[in-house]
Amino acid sequence: MIRIFVPKDAQAVALGADKVAREVERVAAERGETVTIVRTGSRGLFWLEPMVEIETADARIAYGPVKPTDVVSLFNAGWLAAGEHPIRVGRPEEIPYLARQTRLTFARCGLVDPLSPDDYVAHGGYAGLKRTLEMLGRPEGQTAIVDEVKASGLRGRGGAGFPTGIKWSTVLLAEADQKYVVCNADEGDSGTFADRMLMEGDPFSLIEGMTIAGLAVGATKGFIYIRSEYPHAFRTMTDAIAAATKAGYLGSSVMGSGRAFTLETRLGAGAYICGEETSLLDSLEGKRGMVRAKPPLPAIKGLFGKPTIVNNVLSLATVPWIMANGAKAYADFGIGRSRGTLAFQLAGNIARGGLVELPFGPPLRELIEEFGGGTRSGRPLRAVQVGGPLGAYFPQELLDTPLDYEAFAAKGGMVGHGGIVVFDDAVDMAAQARFAFEFCAAESCGKCTPCRIGSTRGVETIDKVTAGIEPEKNLTLVRDLCEVMTDGSLCAMGGLTPLPVLSALNHFPEDFRRAPALMAAE
Amino acid sequence: MKYEPWDPALAAEIIGRHASLDGATLPILHALQETFGYVDREAVPMIAEALNLSRAEIHGVVTFYHDFRSAPAGRHVVKLCRAEACQSVGAVELADHAKRRLGVDWHGTTFDSRITLEPVFCLGLCACGPAALIDGEPVSGLDAAAFDAAVAELRA
Ligand SMILES: Cc1cc2nc3c(=O)[nH]c(=O)nc-3n(C[C@H](O)[C@H](O)[C@H](O)COP(=O)(O)O)c2cc1C
Ligand code: SF4
Ligand code: FES
Repeated sequence: MIRIFVPKDAQAVALGADKVAREVERVAAERGETVTIVRTGSRGLFWLEPMVEIETADARIAYGPVKPTDVVSLFNAGWLAAGEHPIRVGRPEEIPYLARQTRLTFARCGLVDPLSPDDYVAHGGYAGLKRTLEMLGRPEGQTAIVDEVKASGLRGRGGAGFPTGIKWSTVLLAEADQKYVVCNADEGDSGTFADRMLMEGDPFSLIEGMTIAGLAVGATKGFIYIRSEYPHAFRTMTDAIAAATKAGYLGSSVMGSGRAFTLETRLGAGAYICGEETSLLDSLEGKRGMVRAKPPLPAIKGLFGKPTIVNNVLSLATVPWIMANGAKAYADFGIGRSRGTLAFQLAGNIARGGLVELPFGPPLRELIEEFGGGTRSGRPLRAVQVGGPLGAYFPQELLDTPLDYEAFAAKGGMVGHGGIVVFDDAVDMAAQARFAFEFCAAESCGKCTPCRIGSTRGVETIDKVTAGIEPEKNLTLVRDLCEVMTDGSLCAMGGLTPLPVLSALNHFPEDFRRAPALMAAE
Repeated sequence: MKYEPWDPALAAEIIGRHASLDGATLPILHALQETFGYVDREAVPMIAEALNLSRAEIHGVVTFYHDFRSAPAGRHVVKLCRAEACQSVGAVELADHAKRRLGVDWHGTTFDSRITLEPVFCLGLCACGPAALIDGEPVSGLDAAAFDAAVAELRA
């Protein structure tokens, strides 16, 4: 029985993976070949998707991108025995794009059957939880687990980069009859898809990470808040929770330990602001997603007023690796105060888009040129937005900035969730600045005036600039608006929208002076 | 997609099925929209009563989130990505084309009640844009011709 691996990652499906799977099944049946099709996540080499892998005696051999019309010729070429074919790419691990990566969080993504706990365990899964349970059996066990996470240097992957262990320790020390673990799977940033890929490709790592978090701080219940734009991730995650519960990894006695931890998924409803942790908690409680003032921190008064860990998908899904391999092994990767690896996401106008997990510190240029292969259009690169819609636009001259939290901030940027969006020279940076204001106006929760009103004024003012109406005066007004938003916003939605706006203005001033100046009186 | 016509008895049953969840409001609203294609005004007092909340609160929730529709959608829903990564490969031009082609603006439904066009900010398909969800199915690498072909398939 030959196993054929076809991704069911949403990106692979968008590129035709379901049709390819059906065609493989049809042709195999027609030829009387007994094959088993296993639907996996994606390896994250999207320009090769749908990438189909054949299990041979000593390795998996990949072919891609496979079109349904290629399938007959692939069988003819003897792909079941790793035969030659124009789209044969060989062992995935030897493709330079993948060979040069350090896959810790994404070690299993694309490799395993996302809904099989046995497959997860066969690939090293649940070793971290096992060690956690052993540690819990010893005195001060919970503190030791939290200390391990602290020592790893892991910082929140959702954007703000807050040390995960310190957050956990606050929740551990809080006294309460009920505590919660909440996973922020709202991944609203344009140019990011790592959370989605992980939930679709290796959901048990998130389940294991949340279970460890729960046991470490004494929380018995967890929720995963997934944006509604991710219907596939929602289904896979929900099904994986059911499978983990059935296999005894979740429930009233996790792995027979007598300790309880249960999980539920919840669907967002199309509001970017619900990625902000306090807004997310309100949304989970069934309310409008309004941002709460801090303090109190969610770690003290979170979901339903109880102490709550809120962590990003990747923060939580990295914990099993840390618990299995030790804090030091993780902290040995990275530079400065950015320890471990980050899953960079190459997006936008890029030739080879995909997921690149590397230790912190490579220059932005290396990602875009060596991994990404430059722009998809083949035209010169003009701007790069890193860190989502609230991240700065960098020009060519800043491409040598190393990707670590502090070095990037020193250049006025934000690594955020690791999304890298490339634009070629067709981009109009005044339009991008306008969009940043427009997005803020559309997605503001409405609590503070600078964010709610300032963003709308920003759109109008940029429109005046581009129409040539008193451009200098109106550009000064844009800067004033940005200052008010930076200083007077409760959260980073209003507080950081000036980052894309001002970086566009500062690095690409010529785009704001294209219109022939009109007289003020006109 | 096939939706049920509004039916208070069915709605009551759906509400009852989800009412005991923690933070049940969103799960209920999603379930109603999945069944009826939108959230009927009549559902608001029913949810309020089931969850022991005020009508104003439920109304506030329904209107806060972009997902919930107050009127039935067309038979097919096209959610077109408007966010930055897709912009970098032509999403703005594609959106203009889509609106012209369908003769609608965002949130509009075509005359024949077939297709509703909705904007969305990122689908996590940002490496191969422009992207869309068509009746929940992901599509990427869209251009005007691919969009027209997809629409023709929906109308077939
Ligand atoms: C407007 C806004 C949107 C955010 N969106 C997300 C998001 O989609 N996913 C996420 O993990 N964090 C997001 N955050 C950050 C969260 O507020 C919070 O810092 C994070 O969930 C904490 O988890 P971490 O420490 O593991 O990163 C957002 C913050 C703001 C201000
Ligand atoms: S800055 Fe904007 S999104 Fe954040 S709390 Fe204020 S109004 Fe809400
Ligand atoms: S920006 Fe369009 S899918 Fe992410």
